[in-house]
Amino acid sequence: MNDWRYRFAEQRGTLLALLIFLVMFVIYVSNHPAGFTANVVQTAANKGVLLAFVAMAQTFVVLTAGIDLSVGMVFILCNCLASYLVVGSPSTTALGLFAVLATGLVCGAINGLVVVFGRLQPIVVTIATGAIYFGLALLLRPNPGSTANFNSDLADALTGKLPGGIPASLVALFVVVLIIWVPFRRSVIGRAAYAVGSSETAAYMSGMPTRSAKLVAYALSGLLGAIGGLFLTFFTYSGEASLANGNTYTLFSIAAVVLGGVSLFGGKGSAIGAIFGALAFRTIGDLLFVFDLDPLWQPLFQGVVLLLAICLGSARLFQVKNRLDLFA
Amino acid sequence: MTTDNAPLPAKRPSLLRRIDPAIATAFGCIVLLLLIGSVYSSNFLSPEYLLQQLKVASFLGIIATGMMIVVLMGQIDLSVPWVVTVGAMMSAAAASYGVVGETLAIPFGILCGVALGLVSGFGVAYLRIPSMIVTLAVNAVAQGLMVVYTGGFSPQDTATFAMRFLATGTTILGIPNALIVWAITGALVIFLLSRTIFGRAVYAIGNRERAAYLSGVATQRIVLLAFAISGGLSAFGGVLLAGYASKAAQSMGDAYLLPAIAAVVLGGTSILGGRGNYIGTVAGVILITLLQSILAVMQIAEFGRQIIYGAVIIAMLLLYGRERLQR
Repeated sequence: MNDWRYRFAEQRGTLLALLIFLVMFVIYVSNHPAGFTANVVQTAANKGVLLAFVAMAQTFVVLTAGIDLSVGMVFILCNCLASYLVVGSPSTTALGLFAVLATGLVCGAINGLVVVFGRLQPIVVTIATGAIYFGLALLLRPNPGSTANFNSDLADALTGKLPGGIPASLVALFVVVLIIWVPFRRSVIGRAAYAVGSSETAAYMSGMPTRSAKLVAYALSGLLGAIGGLFLTFFTYSGEASLANGNTYTLFSIAAVVLGGVSLFGGKGSAIGAIFGALAFRTIGDLLFVFDLDPLWQPLFQGVVLLLAICLGSARLFQVKNRLDLFA
Repeated sequence: MTTDNAPLPAKRPSLLRRIDPAIATAFGCIVLLLLIGSVYSSNFLSPEYLLQQLKVASFLGIIATGMMIVVLMGQIDLSVPWVVTVGAMMSAAAASYGVVGETLAIPFGILCGVALGLVSGFGVAYLRIPSMIVTLAVNAVAQGLMVVYTGGFSPQDTATFAMRFLATGTTILGIPNALIVWAITGALVIFLLSRTIFGRAVYAIGNRERAAYLSGVATQRIVLLAFAISGGLSAFGGVLLAGYASKAAQSMGDAYLLPAIAAVVLGGTSILGGRGNYIGTVAGVILITLLQSILAVMQIAEFGRQIIYGAVIIAMLLLYGRERLQR
């Protein structure tokens, strides 16, 4: 096994994200008035998991060198839909869950179809489809609201604690990684998605299924957005078509992906890194609260941290020997 | 935009050859929208209504102008929402500082936008960070600054007389001042893009930054400058909007990011950079404004407007914005 050095280099971004998260979380917990208790961990996990799902959604598309600016709107749309459909008996709840996930998948697939077969730029397409998805969310929930027989037992189970104090939402996140990300990463399609991100022409010339790889990446992005939307509904018991919320999650998903070591130029990084990036970003945002500062400063603090974090990425400029490489 | 000098069949009139199909489609769609609108309401084609539309279009037009310069370089400026708000809030804030503040309100608002644009430009040009991330981060920082400044509420400052005069007044023949301001800005930018070294360099960078650098263009300085101009124009749009509403408000810029990008792209400017014409952007701006106006006249609810809006943009792009098939 002499390839450990290569394997380490491959996972460097993910490991760095894990390190940032651990440092931030230790600072957060050690300054928290309640200390390291199951409740503190549960609250932190529930907040972080939402962004982690949306960041995972963004990762799929970013790996193919695209960008999904509609991910926050899919998230909001599925939140509104879930507030109507996740109701009643176990069987109707299951049907509702399925419908919400299918909606997310379809939204993502529409993005993919327009990008692949319409041959348009992802950034413009997803801005426009984002407007459509937000319109649909507004149609469902012109005013924030909830349904009377919302299945709050399921919601409580998935946002509560398992025996031993482990937050259920973290377990759910782990299960999603296990049944969506790992198979994707190991499949031909997943490899092709990475290849498309590195060089679409080279991937095409090598006979890789570039089109289906992109389609699957966009569709899975929609699915992950829907899972995020479901969890938002589990936390709030209600749906709200909030434009500000959708935009914030889109912005934060990109921030989390960058913190998590996923290259926006495509082909590099992993969803695991993005998850740690998301958790780290959430923890940084909450640091202000444990230090008892005015919450008014939170947006500025988050913005500055975001700006500094992305500037760190340009440390590679010190390694550039030929000025021409700057413009690659 | 055919530039080859090879003799073409004489049958084709030269005018048709020179017109960009994208711009022609955009103008065609404007005519179509006007026809649809006139079916719904008889005064849709009246001069007053059209001038009113052009006045509303001016704010978007000025913001889209900055966006276009950035898009021509193959970059994008996602900091529009809060740079617009910064321009509006800062100019209104300056107005409360006596006579000096009143006179300097407009330049001060624009300067704040230029400063934010410089930060984005520095990140893109010298730190080599993708413009999408830098401008998103600058947007977040600008939002944070304004939240701290206003305490989370809309500020009480009101716009100065000059701002209101520029945004809502009329001078000769009932032509709105805002439209004149847009026309002057547009003329300056057309001159800048087609007659100056800066303009040539912007197109060159959009085609291939490496090649531009090797041909002796100070590409980093040009990128920095372009982002500063874009920030300044966004803030200027915000200043005018504050004059229009006679005060600044939280999230007043949110409604301008998507339309600005859409107007630039529908006007035939390639989102990959290097190709585009300001006339196209003008067409795109008018098209978007008319579309919004017609959806309002037809009294379609907000959700329907969002859906139709997104669908129309995708449909129009599918008409002429497609890339070549990879083979």
